[in-house]
This record gives sequence, structure tokens and C-alpha cells, in this order.
Amino acid sequence: MIDAQGAVRRPGGAAAPFASLRGVAPRAIDGALPLLTLAAGLAGFSVFLLLTGHSPATFYALVWKAGFGTAFSWSNTLSRAAPLLLAALCVALPARLGLIVIGGEGAIVLGGVAAGGLGAVLTDGLTSLMLMGLTAALVGGAWIGAAGWLRHRRGVNETISSLLLAYIAIALMNHLVEGPLRDPASLNKPSTAPLGEAERIGTIPGLDVHWGLATGVLACLACWALLRFTTLGFAARIVGGNPRAAALQGLPVGALVIGSCALGGALAGLAGFFEVAAVQGSANASLAAGVGLTGILVSFLARHHPLGIVPVAILLAGFEASSGLVQRRMDLPDATMLVLQGFVFVAILVGETLRGRAFSRAAPVAPAAPVGNVAPIGVEAR
Amino acid sequence: MSVGDIGWWGVPLAVLAGAIRVSVPFLFVSLGECLTERSGRVNLGLEGTLVFGAMSGYAGAVLTGSPWIGVLAAAVAGAGFGALHAVCCSLPRVNDIAIGIALMLLGTGLAFHFGKPFIQPPAPNLPSVSLGGWSSSSQVQAALEVNVLFLIGVALAFAMAWMFRRTRFGLVVRTVGDSDAAARALGLSSVRVRFAATSLGGALAGIGGASLSLYYPGSWNEGISSGQGLIAVALVIFARWNPIGCLGASLLFGGAGALGPALQSVGVGGGYHLIGAAPYVLTLVVLIVTSSPTRPLAGAPGELRLNR
Repeated sequence: MIDAQGAVRRPGGAAAPFASLRGVAPRAIDGALPLLTLAAGLAGFSVFLLLTGHSPATFYALVWKAGFGTAFSWSNTLSRAAPLLLAALCVALPARLGLIVIGGEGAIVLGGVAAGGLGAVLTDGLTSLMLMGLTAALVGGAWIGAAGWLRHRRGVNETISSLLLAYIAIALMNHLVEGPLRDPASLNKPSTAPLGEAERIGTIPGLDVHWGLATGVLACLACWALLRFTTLGFAARIVGGNPRAAALQGLPVGALVIGSCALGGALAGLAGFFEVAAVQGSANASLAAGVGLTGILVSFLARHHPLGIVPVAILLAGFEASSGLVQRRMDLPDATMLVLQGFVFVAILVGETLRGRAFSRAAPVAPAAPVGNVAPIGVEAR
Repeated sequence: MSVGDIGWWGVPLAVLAGAIRVSVPFLFVSLGECLTERSGRVNLGLEGTLVFGAMSGYAGAVLTGSPWIGVLAAAVAGAGFGALHAVCCSLPRVNDIAIGIALMLLGTGLAFHFGKPFIQPPAPNLPSVSLGGWSSSSQVQAALEVNVLFLIGVALAFAMAWMFRRTRFGLVVRTVGDSDAAARALGLSSVRVRFAATSLGGALAGIGGASLSLYYPGSWNEGISSGQGLIAVALVIFARWNPIGCLGASLLFGGAGALGPALQSVGVGGGYHLIGAAPYVLTLVVLIVTSSPTRPLAGAPGELRLNR
């Protein structure tokens, strides 16, 4: 009916091409929306810099230089992107089912501790490494899987429970690293015993970046294929759209909820494994460096799309890589990057309100719009 | 800190004293979240508001020399964050839980950014009230040195319970929280009511932050809050959206948080980190016990999207 009214408003001939354009334009705008909102967030952050008496131009120039300017900065950025990819998948996979899991940090630290503790006693080279990675994935999967289980079986909100589990995981890590698993030789910084040379992960040939990056990219590809081409992925999308309808269809909602959380947690656990075996060389408090938190932002910015995660993770890793230089050159505190992330995060979430509404007919604000309101037609005419 | 003459009795006494001291941020944040959730929204960002409140409260007290101006600054800053949350969420298709996570990040980031210069200078602390004059034991007296904000918070809990039950504003908030359709039929603007409730809730969370930096522990640093704001959000569920319940839950969790230092003071030092995790474990257990997969929680506002 609204469509008919809308068509009346325009002279006959012009309506047809315009209507076809209307089908394309919203999709193009929706596609560009993440970029637009990212730009809006960065613009908001620039205003913040100006208000606090700093030059945004200098800031972005430094970010470019330290994050993407040289071969060295690229390898630094890509090394930081590796755990972000895996941490973001820990948010993106459950998000497909409509869950907001934000406790990936817990899986990272426990996966790291498990790998570090195991690596301290194993000496079989590659076999040990595989065993360490597997254990880290199992521990991380169990940790986040528990949040999914609690959600399904007890109706506990997964956002709150996963974050509480992350705090518990960090306490457990500190306890293990300073107590039972501590290497007596680590004086200033309590750590597990250092891994042997054979239990360390090297760099990808030709790149000065460890194998975690390749694993992360492969994991993104695999998750994309899983969601895109398998019945499991299809079922997950249905559960995300309407859990009750999915249950009525006979889909195993519980197994999907718990499974997606466990898989995400396993990948986050792998991130901890790579931090230990490729970067730190032993498990210590550096594992809780906030990678899990940045991973949340990466996943939201990529709209929980596994392939979108790759460029977004590299972009945010570049910002993090430049943090040190920005601090020294511009005399800004390290928390400035947190402020930037906050601005971008708010911008992308608020940007969701524009999705599908630019140029579209009958804005789907439905329940709040009183019957007989002319607003939808007005929106359409614009 | 030695326990001295009363020996092991020092542990329950220290837990009681700690419960009163440590519960204040829990109390204010959970009351703020209670008000917000009663209007039908979840504000997970109160963790960030708490940290920013702690910073702005401390900064206000350092700059003006008056801790009360610090508390006021924290409340104003908290209200600002609450208002931002409310405005963002009033747009269609903006998820309140996700915005909360974003504001958690933004609030913490801004607090650390602006708080750097205030880590060193000392600020005047909030005054305390002595309730232990009846006892000759100096430890009992020390334990009953109560933060003024604690007394204000207790009064506020009862006032809020009364407000929900007996006042027009309370009824309006409850209506909006329980049913958008009913609110619209009555000609109420859910957007405006939620704006008011979320802003006021943010202000309370800001005051909770000020109690951290201006009374206990009484200093500003970047480790000042480790999830108290988030625990307080979970407490509201435990308290069944009842302000008096929030008071009880805050005292319980304050006691759990004080257990670690109390045990340490009598020489039980092992597993320090594990004892420190007690409040998180307790929160999780409480959530598991009180939640149910099949029926909505008793007392839960109908519009609340905690379990969509």
C-alpha cells in the first residue's frame, strides 16, 4: 500500500529506473556502512584530540609510520594481528547465534598457562608443540563452552557470565604462575619455566611474523566456509534469527549454542598458545594484555563476518603497534588507544541504526510507530 | 596489621568492617543499575562509569580541596555517561548490551587518559562517622568507622524502594520497564523516562566510583576497579530488581571481597589470588542458582533484554 502511494508521488516514467536504483543503493550503503562508521569514529576521536590540544594529523601520521610505514612496522603489526584474529573469532562465532560473548580474554590466559605449563616439562619438539596447542584449545574451549552451557541449561546471561569467567581465569593464571607452575629462577616476573628451543614457534619463511598469523587467517577462512557452506552454518543462522523457530524446526539449539562457544573459546585458547610459544617463551601475567577486549571490537567492526575480521584486525593491530611511538612523540598516555577504540566502538554500534534505512521504504522501526503515522512515506520520499 | 588481643575473632570483625567499607561501590552501582533496568534497559557500561567516576571524583577533590565537590563531579560525569547510553539506545536497532560494552571501554579509556596527572597528588578523603563509641576495644571502634556515603547509600536504597512503590515517578518507571505498549497507551514517552532513569543510574554509579577513590581504598590508580561495576550489574539480578535486595547483596559481596585481606592479616597467605577471585565465583554461583532457562526471572521487568 505504501509502495502504491509512493509510486503515485512520482511521474510515471521516472518511477521504474528509480525503483531499481532503490534496490541497489541501500545495499551499497549498507556495504560501506562499516567504513563510514569507522571514519565517523576516527573523526570523533580527532575532535577529542583537538579539544585536548593535540594534532590529529600528527597522530595519524605517526600511526601510519609505526603501524604500516616500513617492513619492520608491518611485521610488528602482523604479529599483533595474529592473536586478534583468533580472539575476534571467539566473539564472531557465538554472535552468529545471537550471543554476545566478551570473555575471550579468559580462554586466552588459561590456554596460555596450559601451554606454558605443559611446555615446561615436554621436550619432544614438534610433538610437544602440537600437544600444547591441543591442550590450550581444549582448555579455552571448555572455558567459553561453559558460558554457552550456562546460557543454554540455566538461562544465565552469557555476556555477564563470560566476563566473570574471564576475571576468574586471570586470578587462576596469577595463582598458577606465582605458585605451583612458577619457575624458581623467574625472580622479577613470575613465569613458568622457559620453553626449550625446540618447543618455540618460529617465523613464517619470508616474513618476520610467527605462524600464529597463518593459523589465524586460516581459522577465519575455515569459519567463513563453515558458516557459509555447511548445514551447521545454516542452522546457526536460523538460531541467530529466531531461537524458538529453530527449536520448533527440530534444530539442536543447545548443541549449536554450546558448540559455537566452545569452538570460539578453542580458537582464543590457541591465541594464548601462540603468545606463549611464539612471543613470550613462557606463560606469565603478560598474557592478560587486553587482546580479548580488542578482539570484541574487531568482531563488531567486522560485523561478525569471519573474512571481515582479517583486515579489521590488521588495522587495529597497526594502531596498537604505534602506541609506543605516539606516547613518546606526542606525550599522550597509553590509554589514548583505549579512548580511540571506545570512540570507534560507539560509532559502529550507533551506525547500525542507519542500516537499511537510507533510501529505504517503511523504516522497520515498526512496533513504536503509531498506526496512521505518515513518517514512513515521508522517509521514502526523501 | 595485627589482629592482636582478639585473635581469630578479628576475621569475622574484619569481614564485617570490610563488608561495610567494600560494599559502598557495589551498593551505588547496583542501585543505579536497578533504576536503569527497572525502566527496561541494561547498562553494562556502569563498569566504565565507575572508573571514570573514581577519576573525576578524585580530580575534583584534588583541584578544589573539597571531597564533596569531587563526589558532585563524579555524579555529573556519571550522569553524562548514562545520558550517552540512553541517547544511543533510543535509536532503533542499537543494542543496549553492546553499547554498554563500548561505553565500558570508552569510560575506562577516558578515565586513564585524563587520570594520569592525578595518580601522584593526594586528595582530601571523605569524612567517616564513628558508630563504635560504645565499645572499649579499639579494633571494634576501627571496624565501625563508617563511610558517610555508606549511610547515604543505605538511606537511598530505602528511599528508592519507597519511590518504586509509592510515587508517581516510580510507577512511571515500572510501567515503561514492564511494557512499552502499556506505556504508550498511557501517553508516556519511554524514550524520555529511560533517559531519566539511565542518567540518574549513571550518576549513582559515578558516586560509587568516587567512594572508591575518596574513601576506600582512597587513592586513584588504574587498577582501582576490577570488575566491581560488572559484579554490581549481576547483583541486581540476584536482588530481583529490588533496592533493599541490592543493599543486602552489596553487603554480602563486600564481605566476600574483604575475606582475602582479613585472612591475610591472621597469616593465611596461600592462594591469595584465588581468595581474591571469591566475589566473581560467588557472583557466578548466585547467577546460576537464581536463573532459569524456562521461565522469566521473578520480578524481572518485562522489557528487559537480558535474556532475549
